[in-house]
Amino acid sequence: MSTGDTEIGKNDLQNELLSIIEGLKEQPGALLPILHNIQSLFGYIPEEAIPLIASTLNISRADVHGVISFYHHFRRTKPGKHVIQICRAESCQAMGAVALEQHVKSVLSIDYHETTNNGKFSLEPVYCLGNCACSPSIAIADEVYGDMDTDKFDQLFNSLFFTPAKAGAI
Amino acid sequence: MTLKVYVPRDTTANARGANKIASLIERLALNHGVDIKLVRNSSRGLYWLEPLVEVDTAEGRVGFGPVSEDDVTSLFEQKFYNGNSYHRLCLGLVEDIPYLKNQQRLTFARAGITDPLSIEDYIAHDGFKGLENALKLSSQEIVDQVKTSGLRGRGGAAFPTGIKWQTVLDAPAEQKYIVCNADEGDSGTFSDRMILEGDPLVLIEGMCIAGLAVGATQGYIYVRSEYPLACDLFNYAITQAREAGYLGDNISGSGETFNIELRMGAGAYICGEETSLLESLEGRRGMVRVKPPLPAIEGLFGQPTVVNNVISLASVPIIMHKGADYYANCGMGRSRGTLPLQLAGNIKQAGMVELAFGMTLRQLVEDFGQGTRTGKTMRAIQVGGPLGAYLPESLWDLPLDYEAFAEAGAVLGHGGIVVFDETINMTDMARYAMEFCAIESCGKCTPCRIGSIRGVELIDKLCDPKQRSQKQANLDLLDELCDIMEDGSLCAMGGMTPFPVRSAIKYFEEDIDSR
Repeated sequence: MSTGDTEIGKNDLQNELLSIIEGLKEQPGALLPILHNIQSLFGYIPEEAIPLIASTLNISRADVHGVISFYHHFRRTKPGKHVIQICRAESCQAMGAVALEQHVKSVLSIDYHETTNNGKFSLEPVYCLGNCACSPSIAIADEVYGDMDTDKFDQLFNSLFFTPAKAGAI
Repeated sequence: MTLKVYVPRDTTANARGANKIASLIERLALNHGVDIKLVRNSSRGLYWLEPLVEVDTAEGRVGFGPVSEDDVTSLFEQKFYNGNSYHRLCLGLVEDIPYLKNQQRLTFARAGITDPLSIEDYIAHDGFKGLENALKLSSQEIVDQVKTSGLRGRGGAAFPTGIKWQTVLDAPAEQKYIVCNADEGDSGTFSDRMILEGDPLVLIEGMCIAGLAVGATQGYIYVRSEYPLACDLFNYAITQAREAGYLGDNISGSGETFNIELRMGAGAYICGEETSLLESLEGRRGMVRVKPPLPAIEGLFGQPTVVNNVISLASVPIIMHKGADYYANCGMGRSRGTLPLQLAGNIKQAGMVELAFGMTLRQLVEDFGQGTRTGKTMRAIQVGGPLGAYLPESLWDLPLDYEAFAEAGAVLGHGGIVVFDETINMTDMARYAMEFCAIESCGKCTPCRIGSIRGVELIDKLCDPKQRSQKQANLDLLDELCDIMEDGSLCAMGGMTPFPVRSAIKYFEEDIDSR
């Protein structure tokens, strides 16, 4: 990639970030809505966003860093293409979540907060998806799946990502 | 004639396949040349029967469930849409299913019946009648009605709602706020989600009435980011209510103003604590504030603020519609009205059960829940979320009542009931309670931030076979640590984490040695 391309890429990123920040800055307590919008566009909060948010909202960069790091939902690194969340809370534990999480970690060969080497999957813990009537629960993207066990996870995982029709999706 | 077929749109119903069933039914109706209108109603809360497909008949709604994709063809072959009862999944009249029939649905009167996206449907089922009555009253008269109803905060703290409203009403200010706490983070709870997804307009109506009662013109609802469907449906309901004139600058032509904005949380359990929630709404880290000042005096942006849970606010419309006495006539002692209980974990018939206070825990898990899902012996029940005590069988005859639970060192909290069978190791659960506190602590006070980490370490020592000789000393130390956390923490996070820890050790001490 030539230097010129990188500059254009940078400008595009800045412009996209600025349009989100400018659009929401007048809201009372604008920081969380801004971060949510940035993350839903990019999948994470790019480092470049922090000085832009800080100067627009007239707060320090440390303040912005502090808020991003406080909330589990916000991430500073690019996630894998598919984020898998496993519920660790009590209701799911009552139905075998501990065995499920061990299984998923070994299937993906990663631990929580990690991304597979091929960049396809990230694994995150979650503390309740509100689906406690059919524990244990997991979520892939925003879709919640209940009544999970190791076999059902394998079936779901294969049907979502490894059937011939879907193979292009991963 | 167009036949109405209902398939719920609800996170759990969808997790059990409702979306797929809905599109299959639409496709097969076309193939069979049957004229149906598919309604995406909300869930009745009978989750083990989801996806629960219902059809309108002259006698009432007939249900079929749980419907799998493989069942849809045979349902059509047997003309289920006429309410024919011979399909093996037919449950008869839904209203007659004992699990539903034996409940007292006040707050959830419309659950599963209406289309949550239809304001016409809401109005046709007594919607906005509470608001109409409230608009005829003075602020003080509304507050008095809520006081008389005996309604107490359903988020967990059970503080009398009317008293909180009175404090805000009496606080002079240019701008006051209504904040709805929909950061439902307790494991085993989903009743807030059911309102947000299933009857969002009742919450909008409740927030409006609260605004009229205290003189607030702006409301915020703080919904956790783990509830994306709830956020979408609630935002849709806000738009509908605004367009129909129930929100905005002239509510129902009264000249009164009230607006609502939804804000999304970001995966922090602590933001369910009211002052942490306010910090988060203001765009900061969710660090707990020192009280006083109470949020009712100095809340959001420093202004007097009502912070109420979803269920508290969603119970207000029926109080204003049917009268404070109608609501107060249910319940026992100082616990008036109904509580939506949520049966979760290892339970056969999981779901939402709205009941007047007073039934025992055993009746609930046995009569409604029908025992464990695994079929093994029930061993422990955690009531009230991750900060609630684990109760052994000897305490299952406690009546569901705030005071009775408090006396037993337990809490009803937000009504979450998580059942465990005999395969659970309760020392693991005690360790998890400390670990959860360490992960979710806001970090402002030392007993919570550091105490929880020392707690995890201590429980690990307890379980270490090499340190068996030190067991009593470690137990004493854990007890002392729990005292410090209870007495010294700023909020319930650190202050109540000892509840599950102590109860898991006290009632299930034998589990330490099997680790």
